[in-house]
Amino acid sequence: MTILVIAEHDNKALKPATLNALKAAEEIQGEIALLVVGFNCQAVAETAAKIPVLNKVLLVDQDVYEHQLAENVSQLIVSLCQSGGYSHVMSAATTTGKNLLPRVAALLDVNQISDIISVESEDTFKRPIYAGNAIATVQSMDRVKVITVRGTAFDPVTSEGGDAEITTLTKSITSDMSAFVKEELASSERPELTAASVVVSGGRGMGNGENFDLLYTVADKLGAAVGASRAAVDAGFVPNDMQVGQTGKMVAPELYIAVGISGAIQHLAGMKDSKIIVAINKDEDAPIFQVADYGLVADLFDAVPELEAKL
Amino acid sequence: MRVLVAVKRVIDYNVKVRVKVDQSDVDLINVKMALNPFCEIAVEEAVRLKEAGAADEVIVVTVGDKNSDEQLRTALALGADRAIRVDTEARLDSLSIAKLLAKVVEKETPDLMILGKQAIDSDNNQTGQMLAALLNRPQGTFASELKVLGEKLHVTREIDGGLQTLELSLPAIITTDLRLNEPRYAALPNIMKAKRKPLDLLTPEELGVEISNKLNLLKVEPPQERSAGIKVGSVEELVDKLRNEAKVI
Repeated sequence: MTILVIAEHDNKALKPATLNALKAAEEIQGEIALLVVGFNCQAVAETAAKIPVLNKVLLVDQDVYEHQLAENVSQLIVSLCQSGGYSHVMSAATTTGKNLLPRVAALLDVNQISDIISVESEDTFKRPIYAGNAIATVQSMDRVKVITVRGTAFDPVTSEGGDAEITTLTKSITSDMSAFVKEELASSERPELTAASVVVSGGRGMGNGENFDLLYTVADKLGAAVGASRAAVDAGFVPNDMQVGQTGKMVAPELYIAVGISGAIQHLAGMKDSKIIVAINKDEDAPIFQVADYGLVADLFDAVPELEAKL
Repeated sequence: MRVLVAVKRVIDYNVKVRVKVDQSDVDLINVKMALNPFCEIAVEEAVRLKEAGAADEVIVVTVGDKNSDEQLRTALALGADRAIRVDTEARLDSLSIAKLLAKVVEKETPDLMILGKQAIDSDNNQTGQMLAALLNRPQGTFASELKVLGEKLHVTREIDGGLQTLELSLPAIITTDLRLNEPRYAALPNIMKAKRKPLDLLTPEELGVEISNKLNLLKVEPPQERSAGIKVGSVEELVDKLRNEAKVI
């Protein structure tokens, strides 16, 4: 087996989701190469080279790849597959990976196995379907397996202690059909939702966007990220990038505190792998209590300030 | 501008999914089916482009058996002009679907193709990207805003951590995210009118596509259930449990 894993990065730092994807690659067993494609991203390759599980790092550092557009990066990966003879091409199931890898798969004339949560063998994987309400075991008959990996289902590999060789490639493919215009990234001192060890989320019960400040004060004490249910997003309380659930982000922190969230199936799909779940809701019949380790039936506007004071 | 929207018939999102006893698949017998929510957003966006004068025709297409006509009629009632169904009863993989759609695109030559970002049954999130690859055209996935600027399209995408805007040359492929729009409800007169709108059939043979399924579904099981824990009586007790029992704070 020779496995090509696509690194998730922003040209400055390697994103932790890469380490989870590498764990899945390690379980397939084989030689693992990590592709760092971007612009001015040498430092990312140097960080990646220390990951012990890697056999090599491929660095493609060209201005045409600065924004990692799917149109040209997919062609680059296909050309690497043709010369490298990879049996597996993998990435984290982030928005970058989900955007890129199906395009790679189609160019290779194979299917993609999306969002795997376990490796059963080199060609057989488990993946959630129907918003995680069923788990499918699928076997790929394609000659190259193109796979995205759900990060929360795999522990990260160790990131220090290795010394993989960095090979720099110079293949430059332009993208004349699509161009980057701008990016508006939420800047926050708080940890990223999918990487945080504690997540505090609010639902429709928060009543409005201003009331999310209550959650931010608790989050700041716990070093937590703040998330939201789809209901809170649909109601316009908070932006969609805070959404936890089937149609938003998948999280699995050590501690998940659900505040004013009833626990719709689609929300549970995004957080039920959390280690400890706390639910605060005034409706004692709310479905969220069926998955919560600790449930508190209370008005959140009393309970949350009190919680903040006691932390 | 001609817009082609690809849609899928799926289980209604309010229905609780049950796995078959023999674990061969989920049980879809006598279950309410619907237009996939992300596809509904795709139809709505195309219809809005037409209403704004940016598009002059909206074609809706699906791949499936006769039952899928119901979802095509829904899309026609929402405002699509005509429908095409690629007739097959086979269970196809996403690549085959993308190949069939690519052939329909060659026939219909749309300037813009809009698909849902994922279907809520298979949760694959790949057909739009595959179609873009097969057609060698640009893609704007997980779109939350679309602006047509002459021969170019500005698409704002929902990415991890925020929003990204790309400029794509037409023809282009868009996949929809939740915030792109809020689909309308079909009005009764439009539902009646939709019954008379054209619905054409094509076959995979006519399109010259060899269909396949390279992904074997070996087993489908229910997820591990998480059991309910305890109810605590006060915030104080909660903090104590988190500190001393769960040891997570």
